[in-house]
Amino acid sequence: MTLTAETVLEVRELTKHFPVYEKGVILKRKLGDVHAVDQVSFDIKKNETFGLVGESGCGKTTIAKCMLYLEPPTSGEILFNEKNITEIFKKARKDQVLALRRQMQYIFQNPYSSLDPRMTVADIIMEPLEVHKHIPRNQWQDRMYELLRMVGLEDYHAERYPHEFSGGQRQRVCIARALAVDPQFIAADEPVASLDVSVRAQILNLLQELQQKLGITYLYISHDLSTVRHICHRVAVMYLGKIVEIAETDELFENPLHPYTVALLSAIPVPDPKKKTHRIILPGEVPSPVNPPPACRFHPRCPRRIDICSKVEPSLLEARPGHWLACHNPWPSKSTASYNV
Amino acid sequence: MPDSLLHVQNLRTYFFTYAGIVKAVDDISLDVGRGETLGVVGESGSGKTVTAQSVLRIVPSPGKIVGGTIEFEGKSLLKLREKEMRRIRGKEIAYVPQDPTTTLDPVYRVGEQLSEVIMRHHNISKRDALAKSTDLLRNVEIPDPEIRINQYPHELSGGTKQRVAIARALAGDPTLILADEPTTALDVTIQAQILDLLKELKNRLNVAMVLITHDMGIVADVCDRVTVLYAGQVCESGTVEQVFEKPKHPYTQALLTSVPNLALRKQKLLVIPGNVPNLIEPPSGCRFNPRCPHAQQICIDRVPELEQIGEGRLVHCHRWKELDLKSPVAS
Repeated sequence: MTLTAETVLEVRELTKHFPVYEKGVILKRKLGDVHAVDQVSFDIKKNETFGLVGESGCGKTTIAKCMLYLEPPTSGEILFNEKNITEIFKKARKDQVLALRRQMQYIFQNPYSSLDPRMTVADIIMEPLEVHKHIPRNQWQDRMYELLRMVGLEDYHAERYPHEFSGGQRQRVCIARALAVDPQFIAADEPVASLDVSVRAQILNLLQELQQKLGITYLYISHDLSTVRHICHRVAVMYLGKIVEIAETDELFENPLHPYTVALLSAIPVPDPKKKTHRIILPGEVPSPVNPPPACRFHPRCPRRIDICSKVEPSLLEARPGHWLACHNPWPSKSTASYNV
Repeated sequence: MPDSLLHVQNLRTYFFTYAGIVKAVDDISLDVGRGETLGVVGESGSGKTVTAQSVLRIVPSPGKIVGGTIEFEGKSLLKLREKEMRRIRGKEIAYVPQDPTTTLDPVYRVGEQLSEVIMRHHNISKRDALAKSTDLLRNVEIPDPEIRINQYPHELSGGTKQRVAIARALAGDPTLILADEPTTALDVTIQAQILDLLKELKNRLNVAMVLITHDMGIVADVCDRVTVLYAGQVCESGTVEQVFEKPKHPYTQALLTSVPNLALRKQKLLVIPGNVPNLIEPPSGCRFNPRCPHAQQICIDRVPELEQIGEGRLVHCHRWKELDLKSPVAS
């Protein structure tokens, strides 16, 4: 797919810290901050699927929530169609806020907990129409059926309750609900992680079809690199609240430069008994985001650590055209043939 | 199988619920040789976990084993008395559960939990048991085992907890380990560590393993042979090479092609239509028929036989002879 260069979303030095308090009855003492996201910048182009990958606790979901102002960012700017959304949410009138919400929607990770069990599917899908009132009331029902069919459900499903559906069908309902307001941008937070393997392909294909039909821009969050490779145009790799590498999908998978990306790629088990892959096993575990390691946050586990890594923080620079990297001692590009791809 | 360690034949485990009888395991047969790793693959509800629980006879109520035989080292496990069974659990057959967070006891220190198993099966003092626990932790490559032994599970990270659970399984020197999705709750880089540990232990201790998983990648990486389950029944089994390169059951082929693969680029994913069936009223005939692209009338009318088509190679499909299924791996 050829991409137009038009930028829909711009994230500039986004930072989100969550304060941690001591448990106390009367006085609460602040113990520190969870550095969930630190100085992250990237942009998403129109009609693009932008992937955000990383392990649990690296700040993927926090970024998405900040982008939709479900969590107010600690600092930094988010520009949606060149408008600063933080300002709109803080200062603007309610109708302007609603207008913005209509353009940005969210698909949650777990379709079992994100649908109200006491509402029918029809109610669930019509609720956004009721909130935004962007189409007249007498067209709500038609729109609801249209949405159901769009996501591959049948008309008779409208009167059912969420518990009557399987995981894949529930995720379809969630997608229909997000589409109800004709958004330009959808943040999909691990949309297939809680689904059965044989159902995942259905949902991934549906997301792709909808993008081609409706021209939606996605932020696709996942820890599963194989689905990311399948669906995303560009990918950002995160580690402990920082973006360490951004590149077009093929470039990232064929020429990863950051040692963490290389390790992540080599860790995926490949369903082919003949391919004996050379795994790069990272020692230890992800450190606590309350006290992240100084300078490069990956340096305590990095196989290519050099002196400077613990002293100076690497900044995200363009290593090759369109390939951004934050590393002092990147992986030599020749040896990349030794793992999975 | 020449040197069979565990032999499960026509196992049936049903759950008698108010809504009806859930046939969670309905005619499952599998074999594990000495020192061999068998992968058991299937989606949620395919009967993987219930099969493992049946082998240990720890199926939770209202579940009951209603048919079949389970032979372990020549003993028929279903005929043993409970007291005899207790000597097998943890000592000869050990279990590594899926989620270590919920299966380690939060109120006991790591060392106490490990020495409990050791003292149950060996006649040794508590002090020796604690010393042996430290060795076990060292065995599973936990750094500073002397410190860890005095810690509580909440002080450990997910990966370390899973290592403790593996150490606990090794405590009785088992000949067979049943590992139920041991890496599903972990991140990929930690999963890589644990898979390496399992492979290393298997080679060093020559212990047989049943690795339950839904990830074909893990099977290809760790296992010698594989049994594919669907809706409480076996689809096929064989060596990993046989099943991945020449799948004989349409479900296996679909599993291999519907999962996004790093090596295969952005073509449209092959979709398995529909959903995993309800096991109270499973589809008639072959249980995969409503979702199978090759289904014919016979697949709806009759349950296929589990045919043996080679040494340890089983297929549960009416049409395996005529179908020439392509595997994405073979090309």
